Amino acid sequence: MLDSNKDSLKLEAMKRIVAMIARGKNASDLFPAVVKNVACKNIEVKKLVYVYLVRYAEEQQDLALLSISTFQRGLKDPNQLIRASALRVLSSIRVTIIVPIMMLAIKEAASDMSPYVRKTAAHAIPKLYSLDPEQKDQLIEVIEKLLADKTTLVAGSVVMAFEEVCPERIDLIHKNYRKLCNLLIDVEEWGQVVIINMLTRYARTQFLNPNINESLLEEGSGGDKTFYGSDEDEDEDEEEKEKNAEAPAMAKRKPYVMDPDHRLLLRNTKPLLQSRNAAVVMAVAQLYFHLAPKAEVGVIAKALVRLLRSHSEVQYVVLQNVATMTIKRRGMFEPYLKSFYIRSTDPTQIKVLKLEVLTNLANETNISTILREFQTYIKSMDKDFVAATIQAIGRCATNIGEVRDTCLNGLVQLLSNRDELVVAESVVVIKKLLQMQPEKHSDIIKHMAKLTDNIQVPMARASILWLIGEYCEHVPKIAPDVLRKMAKSFTNEEDIVKLQIINLAAKLYLTNSKQTKLLTQYVLNLAKYDQNYDIRDRARFIRQLIVPTEKSGALSKYAKKLFLALKPAPVLESPFKDRDHFQLGSLSHLLNAKAGGYQELPDWPEAAPDPSVRNVEVKDSVRAVGTVPEWTKCSSREKRKEKKVEKPFYSDSEGESGPTESADSESDSASGSESGSGSEESGSGSESVESEEGSESEEEEEDEEEKNKKKKKKELKKPVQEIKLLSLFPVEPAPSPQVTPVNTFLSNSLVTDLEGLSLSDTVLSPATIAPSSALKNYELLHRITGEGLSVEYCFSRQPFSPDANMVAVQMQFTNNATSDTKNLHMEDVKLQSGMRVKEFPEIELLPAGETAAAVMGIDFCDSTQAANFQLCTHTKKFFVSIQPPVGELMRPIFLTENEFKKEQGES
Amino acid sequence: MIHSLFLINHSGDIFLEKHWKSVISRSVCDYFFEAREKAVDPENVPPVLQTPHHYLISIYRGKLFFLSVIQTEVAPLFVIEFLHRVADTIQDYFGECSEGIIKDNIVTVYELLEEMLDNGFPLATESNVLKEMIRPPTILRSVVNTLTGSSNVGDTLPTGQLSNVPWRRAGVKYTNNEAYFDVIEEIDAILDKSGTTVFAEIQGVIEACVRLTGMPDLTLSFMNPRLLDDVSFHPCVRFKRWESERVLSFIPPDGNFTLMNYHVSSQNLVAIPVYVKQSISFFETGPCGRLDITIGPKQTMGKTVENMMVTIHMPKAVLNANLTATQGTYTYDLTTKVLVWDIGKLNPQKLPNLRGSLSTQVGVPKPEDNPSLNIDLKIQQLAISGLKVSRLDMYGEKYKPFKGVKYLTKAGKFQVKMLCTAHFSTNWRSEYI
Repeated sequence: MLDSNKDSLKLEAMKRIVAMIARGKNASDLFPAVVKNVACKNIEVKKLVYVYLVRYAEEQQDLALLSISTFQRGLKDPNQLIRASALRVLSSIRVTIIVPIMMLAIKEAASDMSPYVRKTAAHAIPKLYSLDPEQKDQLIEVIEKLLADKTTLVAGSVVMAFEEVCPERIDLIHKNYRKLCNLLIDVEEWGQVVIINMLTRYARTQFLNPNINESLLEEGSGGDKTFYGSDEDEDEDEEEKEKNAEAPAMAKRKPYVMDPDHRLLLRNTKPLLQSRNAAVVMAVAQLYFHLAPKAEVGVIAKALVRLLRSHSEVQYVVLQNVATMTIKRRGMFEPYLKSFYIRSTDPTQIKVLKLEVLTNLANETNISTILREFQTYIKSMDKDFVAATIQAIGRCATNIGEVRDTCLNGLVQLLSNRDELVVAESVVVIKKLLQMQPEKHSDIIKHMAKLTDNIQVPMARASILWLIGEYCEHVPKIAPDVLRKMAKSFTNEEDIVKLQIINLAAKLYLTNSKQTKLLTQYVLNLAKYDQNYDIRDRARFIRQLIVPTEKSGALSKYAKKLFLALKPAPVLESPFKDRDHFQLGSLSHLLNAKAGGYQELPDWPEAAPDPSVRNVEVKDSVRAVGTVPEWTKCSSREKRKEKKVEKPFYSDSEGESGPTESADSESDSASGSESGSGSEESGSGSESVESEEGSESEEEEEDEEEKNKKKKKKELKKPVQEIKLLSLFPVEPAPSPQVTPVNTFLSNSLVTDLEGLSLSDTVLSPATIAPSSALKNYELLHRITGEGLSVEYCFSRQPFSPDANMVAVQMQFTNNATSDTKNLHMEDVKLQSGMRVKEFPEIELLPAGETAAAVMGIDFCDSTQAANFQLCTHTKKFFVSIQPPVGELMRPIFLTENEFKKEQGES
Repeated sequence: MIHSLFLINHSGDIFLEKHWKSVISRSVCDYFFEAREKAVDPENVPPVLQTPHHYLISIYRGKLFFLSVIQTEVAPLFVIEFLHRVADTIQDYFGECSEGIIKDNIVTVYELLEEMLDNGFPLATESNVLKEMIRPPTILRSVVNTLTGSSNVGDTLPTGQLSNVPWRRAGVKYTNNEAYFDVIEEIDAILDKSGTTVFAEIQGVIEACVRLTGMPDLTLSFMNPRLLDDVSFHPCVRFKRWESERVLSFIPPDGNFTLMNYHVSSQNLVAIPVYVKQSISFFETGPCGRLDITIGPKQTMGKTVENMMVTIHMPKAVLNANLTATQGTYTYDLTTKVLVWDIGKLNPQKLPNLRGSLSTQVGVPKPEDNPSLNIDLKIQQLAISGLKVSRLDMYGEKYKPFKGVKYLTKAGKFQVKMLCTAHFSTNWRSEYI
């Protein structure tokens, strides 16, 4: 059918073949017939052929080569999706001969115009790497290039490639660190997981341990901290942290100041706790667990508890991780104790894990509720679970001294339970508990001795025998009797019981040889001819040791000491202890064994590496030109800060999360690393603006001078709040900031205000629109395409005075060429109906290397249609277009509350 | 990352396999079958298994095992979440996720898997994007396809992947523009023997069905958003907007989707809609016991409780039940020992009651495990937490959509521990408590 001319027949044939593949049947002998159809026009046939090729190309390498040319042609296709799919299939064909072709294709695709093709290139990198690891160096180059990519589409895939090819090249991340942090929220969910995991490792190598000072303080105080949910509380936390930081500082320790980049990472990952994807939530949780200051880790608890509502597999993994976390940070989950209560419908493995968590959470205050809960579990029908519960009770009893007796009594009651498994498990646990204080409990031991008649479970029998042997002095009458019974049934016992019988015999012989001499002899004789060599060995060894003969050496003198030495009580501890050296959420952590390809989580460095490696050359010339004189005076620390503030605009839902930010700057000033010279008027000014915009509860710490400014701010605040109401209206696509228009408007206006410019819309020349670092610049004309002339624009978010309906667009012309550009103006404006443009005044001369600014107005008529026009110089014309994000079309309006309500009613 | 996927049915047959890297032999599944043997219930199979060369991560959905093979370190939740996404997608495409359905559409499923993962890393998992590439089958289309020989594969190239709202396909057109939101709340509760609440919380979800033309931008606001304690969102929801204003602002995907999940904290008092009076007793002598259950409405806010159903897992020793129900019908499954009492609507004037005798095995000591009641119920037009949607606004498009909100309360994991009267006292820790 494949040779048929009809597409429908071919399709039918291909469907059958693919169905065969799916069922796992071999369809490789059809390869020649299928590969012919690779150039088929029908898209569905083509797809199925691709599917077939990818599956069998490895086995039929020579024939597969026939298809390569088709893909090579596809790589040149004008349609980006076809280019991408060609690259995808080409890279999926695991044929070593085409490695050079793949390499070439990947390199080309990595610099493709379309982000989607670049994403595919990123996907292709690990494929090629697994095919031929020798290409590593070249691939790293490609990765480096792609890491610099600014689109969210690429970010996730390239980090995945990075993790697979060269996870050790952490230096490649430096320059992209801040960008990745900022893009994170817009990356697709799978990419987020990979990026967060990678950044966790990165942060561990680059930043200082935020808990380094707290670890000096009492462990308990930190651990028992309750969970802080609300923001105000967090604020307190911050203060508390500062206090904590100060306390050891007095002890001649350098106060810990969190690197702003470290803070950036924590802040930008926090909203992802609200993701619907459990993997993302877990990734953020482990990041917080490994990186956040102790006081902040609490935020993850709520999200993790939420995951417990999810599928049982998700619960399983989450509970494993929670169990590890509860050992170190018990306080975090205490408020959610009840969420770990067990339901009869839970699968056993979930029940056991929940028990583990409950046991870890138990402390003096909640132990009574937990025990009451455990009590109901004992009656469950699931016997494995009951056994685990008894073990858990035992652990609670050892950890919390107050309830030891209660637990012990309860467990003893269980000894009369009808279910043998329950009894056996109780015996084992009681044995462990008794070891802690045997003197008080000889009656329990007596009780247990009676049980030997009934209990059949070997482990339990062995435990009882051991107990009696160990404490035979407390039960001098019963012990020989038990030995007698045991000697009778010796041959029918299990191996571990036999060993314990020998043990018991030996101990009794030493303490009470009168009564038990013969019995011991008898037991040892039986053991001598046992089938198991361990038992024979043990018997021989013990005989030599305890029965005095003329040959017996020096050892027998010490026999009593050997056998009756005081044994330390066993420590019942969680199997999840020490698991946290594995990165949480990882496969290795789950299995408690290193999985292949696991990257160790590095320890915190002693001293932070140079943070300046993460500085990025900021290319937006606007700010450089506008503000350089002031900024050069500032300390480098502030510079970094400024950049950090400006960066988030790459990402969508920006909006400073106030309290943390303000706390940041507070701690900054506390550290005194800011050079506080008065010449930095604008620098410190804008910084206080920043903290003001976030938290309204800013403490009045600022000095007199600033109070004056503050008054101005307060005046401004009112309209701002009005505007906030208005932001119910804005209509925005995802990639544009939500809250920022408001906030930045505020900060802009404040900046301008502080500089003594009034906000009236009457004065509006290009010069008065202060180029704000907070605005996002869009590229209108690239330096290369513009032959040296580059144009950037931003929406200045200020009224355009000549026409209120127009949006002001701030243009920034930079002449990078060696020659001057003359007569810069616009021409041939193509617009959708209703749209209007106010052209910017012609720029007569733009000398080489210089920059000029202009303002134009566009009335987009409330649509997001692009405005197309030609940008003309004296020699050249460039076609350009401006398309506004919806958010930029808004204009602040002043409304009273009543007017607002009226408006609202109408809409 | 994910190496291969095997779909295994209840009886242990592999009926679909897909490899994203080189082929891994089926024999790797033997380790899984071993673990499957050991675990009595399919739910008890450990989701993560270690074999000498591979790691197996599996999920159990719709009586099927989705078993993935991993070779190197990867976050287990990443794989689990992805496998669930695969199952969700299949469900979304074919209405259910069962062996029969997958076998009938094996080629489509295979193509879907091909698109969802590339080299073991998720590529396109949004159902809107996938549907653009591979169209879901409908009856109409399958008729047309057989007549014309055209295909299921979209001939347009998917553009959704390129846009920055990957969850919404471009160029959506409807003649009737409608947006419906279902606020569904589930009460999770454990009530103890005396009827006091040990633990109760409300889990809610807002399911949306949005059929709107173009690129609408919706804002959903609540009367009382402070109720919500913990939330998780579909990726379309803007986090910051929620944080600052407590409104949901989003560009919706096309069709059905889960907009948000929320949790109403257990600190707030949770209204328990029904009360249960029950007792079960087994006589020390003689092979029988007694059962008596009465259910009545408690806090229903004036709404009727519907679809009441009580399920009891009886102790193994209970052979048969001879009961009379004043309302509804009961069934007792002899093999699984499950008693199901289907009540239906709850009438506050005449409370439904179920009583009668249980016959137990002769010669076996009376059962000592406490059975617990699982209650299922529905209350229409009520969100038990009191959450209310105040308004839905649409921006970006000019037409007027039809809007609707529906509330529903259900019992989630609602458990009542039974009072077992003739049981020996085990309150051995009461002196401490």
